[in-house]
Amino acid sequence: MSRRGWWPSVVLGLLVVASAFPLYWALLASFTPEARLFQGPSLLPSDLVLEHYRALFTQRNFWIPIRNSLIVAGSTTAFCVAVGALCAYALARLEFRGKSLLLGFILAVGMFPQISVVSPLYMLLRSLHLINTYPGLVLPYLTFAMPLTVWLLVGFFRQLPAELEEAAMVDGASRLRAFWEVIVPLAVPGLATTAILTFVYSWNEFLFALSFTLGPDRQTVPVAIALFRGMYQVPWGQILAAAVIATLPVTLLVLAFQRRIVQGLTAGAVKG
Amino acid sequence: MPGAEPTGSVERKEARLAWGLALPAVSTILLVALFPLAWTFWESLHLHDLRMPWLERPFIGLANYLEAFGDPRFRGSLLHTVFFAATSVTLELVIGLWLALSLNRAFRGRGLVRAAVLVPWAIPTVVSALLWRFMFEGQTGIVNAALMDAGLLREPVVWFIQPNTAWVPVILADVWKTTPFVALLLLAGLQNIDSSLYEAARIDGASAWRQFRHVTLPLLKPAILVALIFRTLDAFRVFDLIYALTGGGPGTSTEPIALYTFNTLLQNLQFGYGSALSVIVFLVTFGLALVYIRFLGAELLGTRR
Amino acid sequence: MASVQLEQVRKVYPNGHIAAHGLDLEIPDGEFMVLVGPSGCGKSTALRMIAGLETPTGGRILIGDRDVTTVPPQDRDIAMVFQSYALYPHMTVRENLAFGLRMRGARQETIDRRVEEASRALALEPMLGRKPAQLSGGQRQRVALGRAIVREPKVFLFDEPLSNLDAKLRVETRAELARLHRRLGATVIYVTHDQEEAMTLGSRVAVMRDGYLQQVAPPMELYRRPANQFVAGFVGSPAMNFLPGQLVSGLLPTPGGELTLGIRPHDVEVVTPGAGTLDAWVDVVEPRGSELLVYLRLGGNHAGPELRAVTPPDLAIEPERLVGVRFDRERLHWFDEEGGSVDFPRTLP
Repeated sequence: MSRRGWWPSVVLGLLVVASAFPLYWALLASFTPEARLFQGPSLLPSDLVLEHYRALFTQRNFWIPIRNSLIVAGSTTAFCVAVGALCAYALARLEFRGKSLLLGFILAVGMFPQISVVSPLYMLLRSLHLINTYPGLVLPYLTFAMPLTVWLLVGFFRQLPAELEEAAMVDGASRLRAFWEVIVPLAVPGLATTAILTFVYSWNEFLFALSFTLGPDRQTVPVAIALFRGMYQVPWGQILAAAVIATLPVTLLVLAFQRRIVQGLTAGAVKG
Repeated sequence: MPGAEPTGSVERKEARLAWGLALPAVSTILLVALFPLAWTFWESLHLHDLRMPWLERPFIGLANYLEAFGDPRFRGSLLHTVFFAATSVTLELVIGLWLALSLNRAFRGRGLVRAAVLVPWAIPTVVSALLWRFMFEGQTGIVNAALMDAGLLREPVVWFIQPNTAWVPVILADVWKTTPFVALLLLAGLQNIDSSLYEAARIDGASAWRQFRHVTLPLLKPAILVALIFRTLDAFRVFDLIYALTGGGPGTSTEPIALYTFNTLLQNLQFGYGSALSVIVFLVTFGLALVYIRFLGAELLGTRR
Repeated sequence: MASVQLEQVRKVYPNGHIAAHGLDLEIPDGEFMVLVGPSGCGKSTALRMIAGLETPTGGRILIGDRDVTTVPPQDRDIAMVFQSYALYPHMTVRENLAFGLRMRGARQETIDRRVEEASRALALEPMLGRKPAQLSGGQRQRVALGRAIVREPKVFLFDEPLSNLDAKLRVETRAELARLHRRLGATVIYVTHDQEEAMTLGSRVAVMRDGYLQQVAPPMELYRRPANQFVAGFVGSPAMNFLPGQLVSGLLPTPGGELTLGIRPHDVEVVTPGAGTLDAWVDVVEPRGSELLVYLRLGGNHAGPELRAVTPPDLAIEPERLVGVRFDRERLHWFDEEGGSVDFPRTLP
């Protein structure tokens, strides 16, 4: 049946076009002068300018939200991966009472609607004087980042054959030594993937960043973009330029590590 | 008879090590998730309006909840949420399944697929919302222009002015962002199905449709369930997308429960009432999760162990 | 080198499953002891308890004179070869071999010397710089072996190390192991489900079933004087025939009763009809090169009890023919209703 042969390519083509078009369109618009943005759009680039990008950095100090996002997402990732790895190892390899309950508990917390914890977290952060600070964002971020990290790492650790640690122990290593010498080197790809995913989720987070920051000096990139205000009208050119910049780091990360990311996400979900 | 019970001490040591390793993670989660949730429950039983501090914070039992059920804006937001979830999840599942099936044959360009899939998923939701807003904006946005050029529209639609049309970019944006991910999930599930099962079915004379019904669907159930659960839960919690795309408007006609709760809490500063709404959101989400897990979870556990 | 002793070792899992019912086993220094039995019989559990990877629910385990029941594996001075070899994938062969000594803080010269000796003994020298993924199955098996030898432990434990090899390699490696044992004079505890492996390798073999020891004896004794019907049917290939005692009432020992006759296919001779103990129909004839395996049905019809016989390869015999079968009277085994051997003391179920 000839249909089989070219059908996947057609679908693939459609998929790529459908996924890429909005991004392409935004990219194009970000280089188009403001005046021409809504005057009969054309699909092909012509008359490109850099005024939006320049304005972003000279007028709006877009460096600041970028810096904030990097610090918050980076710290969250570092903390969660380090602490989560230990917890995940215990869950994946050690036997103890209440193990499945603990795992279920951690996963359940990951499913909490964020909105349900916003107000008490707000009160908590306010009493700790952490509103509009970096720790004041990292702390709430742990609600979703920690369960995510633990869940992903448990999946990765489970994939490593148990006999490796047993062999190491018989060879004379204590459990922790076996963990360090045998498990960790083998888990590096899993740890990296987990770090990337945690970073992406943290970078993209919106609700908490919106609720717990007060002004431009601590706002993260998604918040900064959403709150762009123009003097007389919505500054679409700058918004789209900011959007392009906002998506750049995660897009690059994802493109570079796509295979690992897909493996990490789907292995845990489908095979359990 | 010799034989003390040595197991006890060794197992206890292992348990102690395990809890030691798990403690930092667990205490973090307790602090930032469980405690606030408990606090929300407690707060929902009080009257606490920051705009009226002289009323202080009396205990009023379930009065907030009663008020919510009588609140037309709340009922509306619930409706919106259910509509949004039902529509987008159905579309995502169907399109995602179609995509996964079509892509199941091995082919070159696998990296391209993955990239095409992952980039929309990886960008911040508010950014994708803005992209779609831009495309539907004004009278000369690309969507209007394209539809008019194709002869499907005689004059441009102002999408964001009416409730019915405002939902279109919302659903489209959500589908654009997450269908590829659903497709990936299902594709992984498909590739786990042994091809020899299809061969056996073909030899037995089964048509493509029958093969799909009797081989593919049953074996794909676990993956479909996982996709369903995650997507439905996510859809019920939708916030970023609508905040940035329509702001809940026009008026409050596209406002989901998470956004209404947010407005109540941080704009109207009604902490007591807002907490009750939060709890309702939580219970609905959790209830859904439990229903799924109970009703369909036996499958998941079966394949898990 | 050291002896190993199990005293009333029990293992009960939290779900109630009993993997070991009070095992008593003594393995003197230098012996090659094989634990054999069908899957689920508890042999691997027993091995893992000796290794320290699982803790007994009751009883004691001694290595040498030392009670190691609660001692963690790293302090027991044992070496283990796993079924999947469990080589460290991220380390070279040399690093794999050196790992154990490094964990114990041995001096670099000692490590280098022993690694060199072991790799020479197992022809691993060309592979020292490679990683396990670059080796064939047989080579990986040798590295696993080398890793154990390098440690010069008190006891060697083997968990079905040959199951992942193809048949030819399995037979070769078996001989290799036997040679190694002779040279090192080590105490070896070896687990397998393959009775042929057990019989060829072990100085003594322990047959297990459902967590109980059925019989512990040198291979030939298991073959000639099995303690019960299970051991009789498990050891030896093709498996022993079991027939209701009444069929051969003329041969029954006294006292009678509901006895079962056991006779090995090798001890059944095919002769002309009427000239043997019984008559039988030939069902299937399987040529095996050095012999014929003949499937027969006793009595005058096709529905009688099945009997297997092994005959010389040039015997003229075809299916659908009536023949006579003669049982070697010196080689009859009798079992009572509970499966216990009639001339053996009763053993556990």
